[in-house]
Amino acid sequence: MGRKILFVTTDQQRYDTIGCNGGAVARTPVIDALAAQGIRYERAVPQSVVCMPSRSTMLTGQYPTTHGVWMNGVPLPVDAPSVAAELQRNGYRTALIGKAHFQPFIDPFARFAENRIAGSGDETAQSRWRDGTVGPHRGFEHLEFATHGAAGSLHYAQWLQKNHPEAVAMFYPALDASFYVNSAGGGASGAPQVHDNPIPKEWYHTDWVADRTVAWLDSLAGDDDWFCWMSFPDPHHPWDPPASELGRVKPDDVPLPAGYPTNRRERERILDGKPRHWRKWYDGELVSNYEAPKQWVPATLTDDQVREVNARNAVECELIDEALGRVLASIAARGWSEDVDVIFTTDHGEFQGDFGLMFKGPYHVDALMRLPLVWRPAPSAGVAPAVVTKPVGLVDLAPTFSQIAGLAPTEWMQGKSLPSDDADADACGHDKALTEWDSELFGVGVYLRTLTRDNWVCTAYKAGYVHDGTEGELYNLSEDPLQQRNLWDDPVAAGMRSDLVADLWDSQPVALAPRLDCEAPV
Amino acid sequence: MSATVRREVIIARTPIEVWGRISNPSDHPSWFVGMTSAVVDGDVRTITTGSGLPMPERIVTVDNILRRFQYAITSPFFKSHLSTIDVFDIGDDRSLVAYSVDCDPAAMALIIGGAAGGALKELKRQMESGDEVAERLTPLN
Repeated sequence: MGRKILFVTTDQQRYDTIGCNGGAVARTPVIDALAAQGIRYERAVPQSVVCMPSRSTMLTGQYPTTHGVWMNGVPLPVDAPSVAAELQRNGYRTALIGKAHFQPFIDPFARFAENRIAGSGDETAQSRWRDGTVGPHRGFEHLEFATHGAAGSLHYAQWLQKNHPEAVAMFYPALDASFYVNSAGGGASGAPQVHDNPIPKEWYHTDWVADRTVAWLDSLAGDDDWFCWMSFPDPHHPWDPPASELGRVKPDDVPLPAGYPTNRRERERILDGKPRHWRKWYDGELVSNYEAPKQWVPATLTDDQVREVNARNAVECELIDEALGRVLASIAARGWSEDVDVIFTTDHGEFQGDFGLMFKGPYHVDALMRLPLVWRPAPSAGVAPAVVTKPVGLVDLAPTFSQIAGLAPTEWMQGKSLPSDDADADACGHDKALTEWDSELFGVGVYLRTLTRDNWVCTAYKAGYVHDGTEGELYNLSEDPLQQRNLWDDPVAAGMRSDLVADLWDSQPVALAPRLDCEAPV
Repeated sequence: MSATVRREVIIARTPIEVWGRISNPSDHPSWFVGMTSAVVDGDVRTITTGSGLPMPERIVTVDNILRRFQYAITSPFFKSHLSTIDVFDIGDDRSLVAYSVDCDPAAMALIIGGAAGGALKELKRQMESGDEVAERLTPLN
């Protein structure tokens, strides 16, 4: 009997939303306890700041350039490499419960396997694997999918439609009548994607994901080894947690974030120091990516809206923490606690007011790029608690799962197993992280490549719709933790820029060819 | 707001052969992945998508000389729509097939265009392999 793995992900969660990372708005005692017992990473970096590429990196252990999901809407091939398949092949029982998003959600033609599996009500399916063999879909024996609401045909939506049909319409409609991300506001402040949702907490997707995880774990034999990816759709917008829970965090009690300059002139001065698409988005002149509500103009954001969004986000984070606690209690009841590794992280961050912005896009700063990551190794492994300050990436997760299972990383994995402390990070060469962004939306192309190293973040822009290929961003995280002073054109930083840019281009991963098509908005 | 999306594919078959598949609108479900049926009545075609959604269309052009097929989706989801499939002779018994989608709302262009791209890949697979049975979508794909 080996170590079991509970892989917990959330969606679009900032580093500073959990207590162990200094967050003071949401109470997250369960995650904080895991961090105290295990390893907390202070510079965990996604390889993409949107869902589909980032989640594909978690599964494949590859950079987006290599696995090919270069933007949302590009489906990950069904036979793409999968660490879950490796684990399943080696005797692990495997499940993915919650948000997958390896393939587009908007799918009226039902072309994508995960939508069809859910649409048929199945919880198991066979697919062709990378090596041509046939096995459980992407290596997961058990599949139950959910996303941010009750629309569509994923398992959660079907469950709600069948058992609580009156609740289906309670959620915020994620898309508007033109199939764009909805910009309609709600709550007391009128903030976009804020909505009062009367759904009982027990019916909300956070509890559903935990309930289904517990049910699957209960179906296993006591001596099974297992890998369970429990994937919460929150705290991604819409910010529509159960209304009964809103009293946990009152907007008036929420401090404005340090990254939110309250003075408009100061906010705009900071934005003007960055490549042009920042300010153009802020002013409502350019929406370069589908994930940002097209009709919303960031310059209209108010202090009250920032407070209310952060309050509701915190409520969602608390519900996730409590749901995780229930699952851990279930694991304890099975007598497994000593042998279970728990890894908690997310796919990317969220602005939540930083720079006067919300949501996400081609903006490689801490709001989107600094992730919560906690690894509580199985107590039986005897790993000492630690804090790792060196950069690590989500690309490192797949080899970590392999290591936990006693397997060597496969040749297609591009990361390295997560270090147990900074000395281990140095010994294993965890000295930098790469992040990439490519998007093309109705003739607007944006292309970024970023290197995080030595407490610097360096982003080079390729030529695109608003960039000529000479632009960039350079931040000294030690002196400018909020990334408000772009040193790209500062002569004092020229040497560092030159060194980082050379390293950035030298480190680019191999590209999948031919490039995969974008087949849907998201 | 309207938008335009284009997908294209080169098929190692003559334009006459390729046009033979494209010019018959009731046959499109055999290669358009996610289109489960197509019923043609005069210049009206009603397709059904894989999710069970009926989508009414008006056939605009079937030009055997240009080798151009055009249709307009008339569902109320669309403020406007026109899809165009062109077959070009590029020599050596090969054809370039371009599938263009112009529509409002813009986001729907991505959806229809994405499906069009998948359809062209399947058409190429079938015509170059001689296997004219559509790939199974479920449970194994």
